[in-house]
Amino acid sequence: MSTADGPVSRPLSPHLTAYRPQLTSMMSITHRGTGIALAVGLAWLVVWICAAASDAATYGIVASFNGSILGRIFLFGWTASLFYHLFNGIRHLFWDAGYGLELKEAYASGWTVLAATAVCTIGSWLIASLVR
Amino acid sequence: MADLRSPLARVRGLGSAQDGTHHWWLQRVTAIALVPLVVWFVISMLRVAPEGQAAVRAWIASPITMTMLILFIAVGLWHAALGMQVVIEDYVHGKGWRIGLDLAVKFIAAALIVAGIVAIFKIAFGG
Repeated sequence: MSTADGPVSRPLSPHLTAYRPQLTSMMSITHRGTGIALAVGLAWLVVWICAAASDAATYGIVASFNGSILGRIFLFGWTASLFYHLFNGIRHLFWDAGYGLELKEAYASGWTVLAATAVCTIGSWLIASLVR
Repeated sequence: MADLRSPLARVRGLGSAQDGTHHWWLQRVTAIALVPLVVWFVISMLRVAPEGQAAVRAWIASPITMTMLILFIAVGLWHAALGMQVVIEDYVHGKGWRIGLDLAVKFIAAALIVAGIVAIFKIAFGG
């Protein structure tokens, strides 16, 4: 609210850069970050499918990027982002339904999400390397 | 607690943003739909991604893949566009930029969905 003398000075909640990082807040912003990364990943999936529908030379360009060091870093990042966003998204759906909102439960589910993400990301890349 | 809203506003339930819970609800509907789709996608990619173009095309051309892949791309990009809208609304403060970026996200998402479906149909029915 502003008055004739200018805006009223009110206490502000600590800004993100001033607030002590904690598991819950870091996982919240990571959910958003992985979501943005996955939007780009979905666009790349469509590019890959369009390349598969095109000729061998076009498919080769996309496939060779995917197989390159940089491409593998991106694909690994998308794999980790996908598992994180999936598991943390399920955590959010439980919260929406009113479950697991106590502080202890929120921390327990947070660590569970991180562990499941690590296991599934590393596991799927191990399986992919064995299949090849 | 006194409710200052009119009975009509309370019945409409649209709130101050005039959109009610529609965006929030669609975000959840697409999220729940994506759970099985993501599981299917990951299992499929483990098997198909390292293969060559011919194997990828054969995989896409099967009716089950076509159905699941189109659902995954369409629901995934829909969910992504809803999420990007929230990110833009939170961080982009100029009204022109905010509306412009949101429109760009929506148009790109729609174009990618159509491009994906066209490519899948071309592989399956293009001979």
